[in-house]
Amino acid sequence: MPTFHAYVHVPFCRVRCGYCDFNTYTATELNGYPQTAFLSHLRSEIALSLVQVGRRELETVFFGGGTPTLLPATELVEALSILIESFGLAEGADVTTEANPDTVDEAYLLALRDGGFNRISFGMQSAVPEVLAILDRTHNPDSVAKNVTLAKRLGFQTSVDLIYGAPGETMGQWQESVEAALGMNPDHISAYALIIEPGTKLARQIASGERPSPDEDLQADKYEWLDSRLAAAGYSWYELSNWSRSSENASRHNMAYWEGQDWWGFGPGAHSHVSGKRWSNVKHPSNYAALLGENSIPSTDLEELSETEQLEERAMLGLRLRTGLDLDVVRKLNPRSSKPISELVAEELLDGRQALLGRAVLTLKGRLLADLVLRKVLGL
Amino acid sequence: MSPRAKNRLEPAKTNPDFIRNFCIIAHIDHGKSTLADRMLQLTGIVDDRSMRAQYLDRMDIERERGITIKSQAVRMPWELEGQTYALNMIDTPGHVDFTYEVSRSLAACEGAVLLVDAAQGIEAQTLANLYLAMENDLEIIPVLNKIDLPAAQPEKYAEELANLIGGDPADCLRVSGKTGIGVDELLDKIIRTVPAPVGDPNAPARAMIFDSVYDSYRGVVTYVRMIDGHLAPRERIQMMSTRAVHEALEIGVSSPEPEVTKGLGVGEVGYLITGVKDVRQSKVGDTVTTVAKPATEALKGYSEPLPMVFSGIYPIDGSDYPNLRDALDKLKLSDAALVYEPETSVALGFGFRCGFLGLLHLEIVTERLEREFGLDLIATAPSVVYEVTMDDGREITVTNPSEFPTGKVKKVLEPMVRATILSPKDYVGVIMELCQGRRGVMVDMQYLGEDRVQLRYTLPLAEIVFDFFDQLKSKTQGYGSLDYEEVGLAEGDLVKVDILLQGDQVDAFSAIVHRDKAYAYGVLMTGKLRELIPRQQFEVPIQAAVGARIIARESIRAMRKDVLAKCYGGDISRKRKLLEKQKEGKKRMKMVGRVEVPQEAFIAALSNGDEKKADKKGK
Repeated sequence: MPTFHAYVHVPFCRVRCGYCDFNTYTATELNGYPQTAFLSHLRSEIALSLVQVGRRELETVFFGGGTPTLLPATELVEALSILIESFGLAEGADVTTEANPDTVDEAYLLALRDGGFNRISFGMQSAVPEVLAILDRTHNPDSVAKNVTLAKRLGFQTSVDLIYGAPGETMGQWQESVEAALGMNPDHISAYALIIEPGTKLARQIASGERPSPDEDLQADKYEWLDSRLAAAGYSWYELSNWSRSSENASRHNMAYWEGQDWWGFGPGAHSHVSGKRWSNVKHPSNYAALLGENSIPSTDLEELSETEQLEERAMLGLRLRTGLDLDVVRKLNPRSSKPISELVAEELLDGRQALLGRAVLTLKGRLLADLVLRKVLGL
Repeated sequence: MSPRAKNRLEPAKTNPDFIRNFCIIAHIDHGKSTLADRMLQLTGIVDDRSMRAQYLDRMDIERERGITIKSQAVRMPWELEGQTYALNMIDTPGHVDFTYEVSRSLAACEGAVLLVDAAQGIEAQTLANLYLAMENDLEIIPVLNKIDLPAAQPEKYAEELANLIGGDPADCLRVSGKTGIGVDELLDKIIRTVPAPVGDPNAPARAMIFDSVYDSYRGVVTYVRMIDGHLAPRERIQMMSTRAVHEALEIGVSSPEPEVTKGLGVGEVGYLITGVKDVRQSKVGDTVTTVAKPATEALKGYSEPLPMVFSGIYPIDGSDYPNLRDALDKLKLSDAALVYEPETSVALGFGFRCGFLGLLHLEIVTERLEREFGLDLIATAPSVVYEVTMDDGREITVTNPSEFPTGKVKKVLEPMVRATILSPKDYVGVIMELCQGRRGVMVDMQYLGEDRVQLRYTLPLAEIVFDFFDQLKSKTQGYGSLDYEEVGLAEGDLVKVDILLQGDQVDAFSAIVHRDKAYAYGVLMTGKLRELIPRQQFEVPIQAAVGARIIARESIRAMRKDVLAKCYGGDISRKRKLLEKQKEGKKRMKMVGRVEVPQEAFIAALSNGDEKKADKKGK
C-alpha cells in the first residue's frame, strides 16, 4: 500500500517573475478572487478529499506555490491543522513550507514552528544581484542567510533552492551563489537548470534578442562544478537536482512523487496521484472556488494510468534517483534492452557495477543526459 | 453594337466560310480569363445567372492562381452584317512549361488576339507565344486590356505593340474585360480579319488533337480541330501515331458546356469521347482519322513531351507511400507529360523520381497531389538531365545527382536554354549580373520601346531551375519577365558534390554543380545542416566532398545536456507527455548511419528560399 501525502498549492505572488510559468496570480490577475477566502476553500476541498480517500495518515505535508508565505502564518497553521484533524499525521512526518526570504521574520517562523511545521525551503535562486534582476526576483540576497540561520536556530530543517543558467549568468556568478548557499550550511540544496518556458517574459526577451539564450554547454559545466563542489562540502545527490547532507535530510515529500506514492494536491492547479489515477485541479482560483461551491471536486483531466503507463512512470522517475531503476522494470517495457544498456555502460552513462547488480544508475555524465538514457533503455 | 446571333449555326454542317478559329495570347494576370468571361456573356452562351469568374478555368488551382494550365475550346455564335458566324475560341496555356501544347493550340487557329495589359506592356512569355503565332502564320489582332485602370498607358503600349508586329498604333483595340468596353468590337474584328479555315471536305478525315483532358465521369475528352473531311459519331477512328483504333462514342462542341453534335466538319473545333481512360492514348499533336477511309499523311508538328526537370517526391509520412503511388497513377491519366519511377532515399525514405516539363509543371503537380489527394510531400531540389561520358567510353544518363557515376568522367553534357528576359531598362545591370552569376552568355540586347529592354542569354537549364525566376523577380521588383526554350546540350565543367554525415552520404543533398560553385554549395549545405541537425550523443562531422576530396567541413558538437530539470509540484503527467512526444518525434527521425536526423531538418534544408510557398499554405 503506498504512503499518503498532502501538497497544498498557494497560488499567490506579489509579482510574477520573468521565468515563471507556474500557476500563480498577482493581485490584479485574481479577477476579484479574495485571498482571504482561500482558507475556507481549502477547508472545503479537504472535506471532499476525506470522503474520497478515507482517513489515511499523512507521511508528509508540503506547502508550495506561488508564495505560501504571502498568507499570514496563522492561516498556514490553520490549514495544516485541518489536514491533521482530517487525516492524522505520521510520527516524525516532514511538514514543509516554501518561503520567500523577504516575507518571513522571526515571529512568522516561530508561529509556523509552534503550529507544527518543521522544514523550510527558501527560494534563494542566486546570491548575485544582477542574476536575481534577470530572474525578476525582488528579494534582498542578504535576507536569505539571515533567515536560514534563524530557521536553524528555531529547530527547522532547512533547504535552499538555486537556479543556474539564467541568460547571461557567468560561471563565476554561479560559483558565487553556490558558495553563498554553502555558507548558510543548510541541510538540503536543490539546484535547477533554468528552463525557458514558452509564454514567459524571459522567453519573449530571448526571442527578441534582448537577452542571450541559455548555453547548454555552460549549463552542463555549471552542473558538473556544482556536483563536485557539493560533494566536497559533504552533500550528496539523491535525485538529479537534489543534494542533502544525509539520507534523513532528503526531501521525503519529493521522494514520494518520485517513488509513485499517493498524494492529494490541494488548491488551484494542484496535481494529485491517488490509487493509479492522476488529475489536476482547475487553474484559476475563481473557477476552483466555483466548483467547490457546487460541492464537487475541482478537478480536471482525470486519467487512469494503464499498467504500461505506470511502468513508464516508474522508469522515468526511478532513473532520476541515486537508487536508480530496477532493470526488471526496463525489461518489461523493452524486452530488447540488454544491448542499449551495455552500450550505455560502455559510454559511461550508466554505472557498470550497478548494472550487474540489476539496477540502472546514472553516472555524472549520464545525469546530464538522463532523458537520452531513458529513451535508449526503453528503445524509443 | 452587334446583336447577339439569333440563330446558331448547326455544328457538323457549318460552312467553313462562316467559321473563325482564334486564340488569345496573354501573359498571366493580363486578363485573358476575364475577357473570355465577357465574350461568353456577350454572345449569350452563358447567361448572367450562371456566370462565375474565370468560367473556363476548371481546376481550383487555375482559378486561384489566375492561370490556365489546360486549354479548352468554346464555340460562340456572333452576327455581323446579317450573317451568323461560329467563333471558336481556343484557350491556350499561358506558361513556358507548356510551349508544346501552346504550339498545338496555335496550329488549330487562323488568328490570335494578342492581349496586353495596358498598364504593364508585353511580357517575355507573351512575346514567346507571339513568335510562335507568327511562325504559324496567324493573323494577329493586337488588343490592350484593362483600359479602365487609372495606371493604363494605352498610347505607350500601342506604340510598343506596333513596333513589334508592324502596323499603326491606332489599329490596336482598347478593351476592358472587366467592364466589357470594346469587347463587341473585338468580336466583329475577329470576324473581319481572321481568315476562314480552309480544308478539303471530301478528303479522308484529318483532325488535330490540341488537348486531351481526363474527366473522371466521361474518361478522356479529346479536343480536336478538323482540317479535312468529316468525323461522325459511332465511327471507328484511328490515332495516326500509335495506330490505335477506338470508337467515337460521342462527338460534340463546348458551348461552353458540352453539346452533342452529329459530327464535325472542315474547320470545326470540338471534342471526341472514345471511352479510353488514359490521356496517353490520345496525345496532343496527334492526327485522328477514320478506319473506313484513312488518311495517308499525318499532320505536321507532332512530338512526344520530354521531361526537362526532375525531382524526387516523397511523402512526409512514410506510410503514405502507397497513397502517393495511387495519386500519381491517377494524375498520369490527365497529364501526359508526367513521368515517374520509384526511388528510395536514405534521408527521405520511399518516394518517386518524377520528370516534369518545367518548374511550374513541377509545382502544379505537387500542389495537385497535396490538394486533391491530401498528401503531405517534400520535393528534392530540382535537377536536369545530364549525359555523362566516362573515360572508358560508357555513356550514362543522369536524372538524379546521387546516380552520378564515380570514376573517371571524360565529359558531361548539360541542357542549355535560350532565355528571353524583358524588363524596364533600369534593371539591365542587375539582370546581367544575375545571368553572369548563373554562367549565362549574352546573345543580344534590344530596346522594345523607350524604356523597355529585351535581353537574350544562353544559360544552362540547371542554373535556372532552382531559384532564378524568384531572383529575377526580386531583383527587378517584379517587373522582369522570363521565357526560355531549349537549345540542346553543351559540355560543362561539372562535378558532383556529396554531403556526408559522419562519413555517410546523404543522398538527398547530392548536387551536380559547376566546379567553381562546388565550394560555395558545400559551405552552404554543411552550414545549413549544422544549424538544423540537433546535437547528438557524439560529435558529428558534416562534410562536403567532390569525389574523395573534402571541400568543406563543419561539425556538430556532442550534446552534453538532455535532461528536464524538474517535475513541477508533482506534475508527472507533463513529463510523461514529453516522453510521449519524444516517442512520436522518434518516428519522424531518419537514421543516417548512427546519426538521428529529424525529417523536419531535411525538409528545412531542402526548402530554402521557399518562403513564398510556406506563405501560401499559411493562408
